[in-house]
Amino acid sequence: MTATPAALEVITRLEAAHGPLVFFQSGGCCEGTAPMCLSEGELAAGPRDRYLGSLAGQPFFIGSDQDDRWGRPTFVVDIRPGAAEGFSLEGLSEDVHFVTRTVSPSSAGR
Amino acid sequence: MAITEQGTTYEAPGQIGSPVTLHDRYENYIGGAWTQPTTGRYRGNPTPSTGETFCEVASSGAADIELALDAAHAAKAAWGAKSPTERAAVLDAIADAIDANREMLAVAESYENGKPVRETLNADIPLAADHFRYFAGAVRAEEGRISEIDDQTYAYHFHEPLGVVGQIIPFNFPLLMAAWKLAPALAAGNCSVLKPASPTPWSILKLAEVIGDVIPPGVLNIVNGPGAEIGRALASNQRIAKIAFTGETVTGRLIMSYAAQNLIPSTTELGGKSPNIFFADVLASDDDFLDKAIEGLVLYAFNKGEVCTCPSRALIQESIYDEFMGRCLERIEAIKQGDPLDLATMIGPQVSTAQREKIEGYVQIGRDEGAEVLIGGGRPLMEDRLAGGYYFEPTVLKGHNKMRVFQEEIFGPVLAVTTFKDEAEALEIANDTMYGLGAGVWTRDGSRAFRMGRAIQAGRVWTNCYHQYPAHAAFGGYKSSGVGRENHRMMLEHYSQTKCLLVSYDPKPMGFF
Repeated sequence: MTATPAALEVITRLEAAHGPLVFFQSGGCCEGTAPMCLSEGELAAGPRDRYLGSLAGQPFFIGSDQDDRWGRPTFVVDIRPGAAEGFSLEGLSEDVHFVTRTVSPSSAGR
Repeated sequence: MAITEQGTTYEAPGQIGSPVTLHDRYENYIGGAWTQPTTGRYRGNPTPSTGETFCEVASSGAADIELALDAAHAAKAAWGAKSPTERAAVLDAIADAIDANREMLAVAESYENGKPVRETLNADIPLAADHFRYFAGAVRAEEGRISEIDDQTYAYHFHEPLGVVGQIIPFNFPLLMAAWKLAPALAAGNCSVLKPASPTPWSILKLAEVIGDVIPPGVLNIVNGPGAEIGRALASNQRIAKIAFTGETVTGRLIMSYAAQNLIPSTTELGGKSPNIFFADVLASDDDFLDKAIEGLVLYAFNKGEVCTCPSRALIQESIYDEFMGRCLERIEAIKQGDPLDLATMIGPQVSTAQREKIEGYVQIGRDEGAEVLIGGGRPLMEDRLAGGYYFEPTVLKGHNKMRVFQEEIFGPVLAVTTFKDEAEALEIANDTMYGLGAGVWTRDGSRAFRMGRAIQAGRVWTNCYHQYPAHAAFGGYKSSGVGRENHRMMLEHYSQTKCLLVSYDPKPMGFF
């Protein structure tokens, strides 16, 4: 899993402001496809969470069932204009929000 | 209520002739008074129909949540001590005020959210009033229970208010979802601190304008601002006795973990990927029922698909697929997209640019996975001021249930359609999802409808109907769709403590000591 340089910059800024972070890939309604950026320890990863890697040193998790149903793609975290609508920490100070892009294993070789 | 086909368009809020007056700036509503945010900050609030900012709304901080909690705690003893008759009278007065201002609230809701005004006039606003009326009636009919332990010992059960509750509202039905949460909470004697969704902070303030004089100060408090700051400050606060949330799954978990840390109850409603199942016998006759079933499929476009229970997976028995889908596509083709304030408009813009970009991303994922685009698939060409709006065409993707567009909630007007051979396969596909909020079953065979309804793992199975939300029907999710229920008088218990008085009328000691 990776992040774009622009997303890495935001992550580094957020870490400087809030300390260690953790990402969880969300699902469901409203902002449901957003990667949620939280303070480390705010939400403990559980037995159903799968560790996918880290972004600028900050761990990223997804529910294993969700990951399987998505076809275990490669994740790329990016940013888009507009403040985050939900609880994700970039909503405190940034006028951009994180988004997740994916590259499915079947299309990776194209 | 019948849907009219007039071609008239409401004037936008603040314009001459509009039923909605508009200020430049809106503060928080705390303790019955308009209150400046302690941050001194405001945020521009755009209408999705044109993308233009039409007012500013408070961008509050954690200190404003504390002010709202102060007001709610100051009000809770008096409000909780009011008789059910008195509380019901307040709820009825709220309902009367909503009805008296139906057109104003419908236009405000439509303008801020983008939903067609014919939906807000005929569904959102009258339903919101009805929820208050329903819980006004329910609380007056509520009673405790008495258990006869033996002929000398009795357990009396009383309902007591929890106190002050926190409620976080989604953007898709800003007024109706507020009514779902407020009506039972207030009926049961609680005070509320309510945080509207960031894309839709304003219409509920228009509601506060017209109900402010019938609610005692502090019973309802509304604070706007970033979820990351004030949503957290509210949900994790030690001064709330319950937290209710509608939104996505990670915040749902966060809410439940805050509730665990504070040892308080929570309700979470987290969305779905609802199957809508059409058996071959719907085509047995070309009659009203078939017409209703076709509309039932097209309801995926209701509220531009921004509905937790959006029937976003259509499962059609393969023997009727070509003919039935053909009829449905004709109906989808006829959907009129445009200015949400036009009474003829059937689908408006998505609520925000972020939501539209997400939807576009999913349609691209569907194309990459090999799904066939049967209709729509992109941004429509809108003219003049509407060109700046966040419109997306009603879209149908044909594929199979393992595709991501069948597994993830898109929250837009995008239907994923597939076929099944028989009842067993229909059930298997229906339940092959992380979610379990809603489902639809369409058949002329009552026994099959019952079997399917019982076997589908979802909290609400609409049978030969869809998208009906009466107050007297429980709503909530199985699996990852959340924990808890909304609506129905059972909500009075969810917003109450149970007090048990265990009373002995026996004069004799127990005899242990």
